Amino acid sequence: MSTIRRLPPLSRRALLTGAAGAATIAVAPRFATPAIAQTSPLKVGLMLPYTGTFAKLGQFIDDGFRLRVEQAGGKLGGRDVTFVQVDDESKPEAATDNMNRLVGREKVDVVVGTVHSGVAMAMVKVARDSGTLLIIPNAGANDATGPACAPNIFRTSFSNWQTTFPMGKVMADAGIKNVVTITWKYTAGAEMVGAFAENFTRNGGKIVEDLTLPFPQVEFQALITRIAQLKPDAVFSFFAGGGAVKFVKDYAAAGLNKTIPLYGAGFLTDGTIEAQGEAANGIKTTLHYADNLDNPANVAFLKAFKAKTQKDGDIYAVQGFDAAALLDIGLGAVKGDAGARDTMIKAMAAAKIDSPRGPLSFNKAHNPIQNIYLREVKNGRNEMVSIAQAAVDDPARGCKMT
Amino acid sequence: MDLITFGVQLLNAVQYGMVLFLVASGLTLVFGILGVINLAHGAFYMLGAYLAYWIALMTGNFLVALVGGVAIAFVLGLALESVFIRWLYGRDHLAQVLLSFGLILVIDEARQLLFGKDVHSVAPPDWLSGSLQLTDNLSYPVYRLAICVFCLAVAALIFFVITRTKIGMIVRAGAENREMTRVLGIDYDKVNRLVFATGIALAALGGIVTAPMSTVYPGMGDGMLILSFVVVVLGGIGSVAGAAVGALLIGFTDTFGKVFFPSVSGMLIYLLMAIVLLWRPNGILGRREV
Repeated sequence: MSTIRRLPPLSRRALLTGAAGAATIAVAPRFATPAIAQTSPLKVGLMLPYTGTFAKLGQFIDDGFRLRVEQAGGKLGGRDVTFVQVDDESKPEAATDNMNRLVGREKVDVVVGTVHSGVAMAMVKVARDSGTLLIIPNAGANDATGPACAPNIFRTSFSNWQTTFPMGKVMADAGIKNVVTITWKYTAGAEMVGAFAENFTRNGGKIVEDLTLPFPQVEFQALITRIAQLKPDAVFSFFAGGGAVKFVKDYAAAGLNKTIPLYGAGFLTDGTIEAQGEAANGIKTTLHYADNLDNPANVAFLKAFKAKTQKDGDIYAVQGFDAAALLDIGLGAVKGDAGARDTMIKAMAAAKIDSPRGPLSFNKAHNPIQNIYLREVKNGRNEMVSIAQAAVDDPARGCKMT
Repeated sequence: MDLITFGVQLLNAVQYGMVLFLVASGLTLVFGILGVINLAHGAFYMLGAYLAYWIALMTGNFLVALVGGVAIAFVLGLALESVFIRWLYGRDHLAQVLLSFGLILVIDEARQLLFGKDVHSVAPPDWLSGSLQLTDNLSYPVYRLAICVFCLAVAALIFFVITRTKIGMIVRAGAENREMTRVLGIDYDKVNRLVFATGIALAALGGIVTAPMSTVYPGMGDGMLILSFVVVVLGGIGSVAGAAVGALLIGFTDTFGKVFFPSVSGMLIYLLMAIVLLWRPNGILGRREV
């Protein structure tokens, strides 16, 4: 099954094919050449976005992973580590080729990636076909640890379902009855809003209307006027990046933040809070991390991350850090012998990690079991309000693995 | 839907259409009059927004950012025209597409070097930052109202220049028959340069006025580029009045589509374009054969 697949024929207009080809060529030399082989160090393929919209996220995951390796003296499970970096640019159409390159030509022992769900699902396919060990440090597509789950695939981040499901109960408990949801019409939006609605209606709430607009459109004004007209008790939303900033600011500019409280998935305010400014104040979101988590692991992590990168660590850095921690446990169990796959995977599946985000373990589908925190934006930070739900376990619907 | 909400949605439609017009009118000048397919138009829109962010950060004054951003874009347009674009007149569209696609890459890389890849926001001037309370829970940002008025003024200025001034007459004549204007002894090179720079300045202006409405981010020009082409094709290539009609039509279609037909709102404008082009293949106000 592990055939090297050619790029599918581009469906773009003929005018652009030449330019797209040129762009592909420009990217090709960015493959880092691996360091000179010592006594067979473990080869880790980092397939992350180093350019494009998600570049900052990719860099933080990379920094987090390397920080954990450095803390173990440049080793994982006692074995030296070398890296092969691939910039996936968040382009699903190049994902299979990039992944095949790491697995086929570079012959890496493990692949760590990526941020974009579309790219990650292509990586999952190759990992399933080739049996390569894959650790996903961000992408939240439910399917990766659902129907597409496999023994050799782990996730150290979250499933989309997991981040918003607890919010359903939180909002119902707060006495909110009628909610309007708003998101982009694409997989992540549907999964996050769907999980929220599942729990919210189960607890007696009612979804008045599901508003969507095509990804990645940012002209929200018409829908915001619609929300004002519907007058729900609250709004639940999922947007990320530039769209999240624009939505939050438009929402405040229309005066709705004073009358209809805004709730959302944590990505609404994570990494975008500075650009949102005062408009973000009071927004409540759920995520598996908060800026002021006061546990020893987080305090130590933030300090070490700052010392290494001069930047403030965030959830993306934590997810990269934990990916290395998980690998460390797996390799430690087999004394660095990545060939003893079954034992290694068994150890990883049973891993209990004292993560900066709190206690972290894994379910049968290899998706994290973790606390989901309710946070509120105060003074430009996502401050923890409470644990929205402890040890949240994704139901892994469709996963056949036992 | 009660009358007030309907009125507000109408206002939303007009406001969105006006900003679209600003950007698309720049494209129709370059595309319709110079005959250059400028795929980098959206990139200049993004550049305008980043310039506004940067100048506003330096000076703390949005009006300075507005004027400064437009001026920088205009000068940049003049320079690009004299170095690159002037070789493209009359060349086939592939050459134009390749060069302008190259421009996108260069502008994007320059943006990353100069301003980084973070999302930024720009504050509107204080006197425009409030909102008008329409009903108990519905208010409308003053800035968006101001944008309507401002865009109307710019549109009026464009129409005045094109229909009532000598330079406008030359531009129109050149659009109809370039050889004839040249034979009549008009320095058409200079006119071309001005038209191109004005087109770029309008793209940047669109980005600048959009910035405070809410955010500045890499890739913000991509969607705008496609919409601008739709507006230009819809209205009729080369017709500024057509661009205005097209932009307003899209403003209405998009706004009311999102409210009444949310499940298909993404394709409504393309449906609109298909219907209009079946009815008038050259666009609503288009006269020339394309």
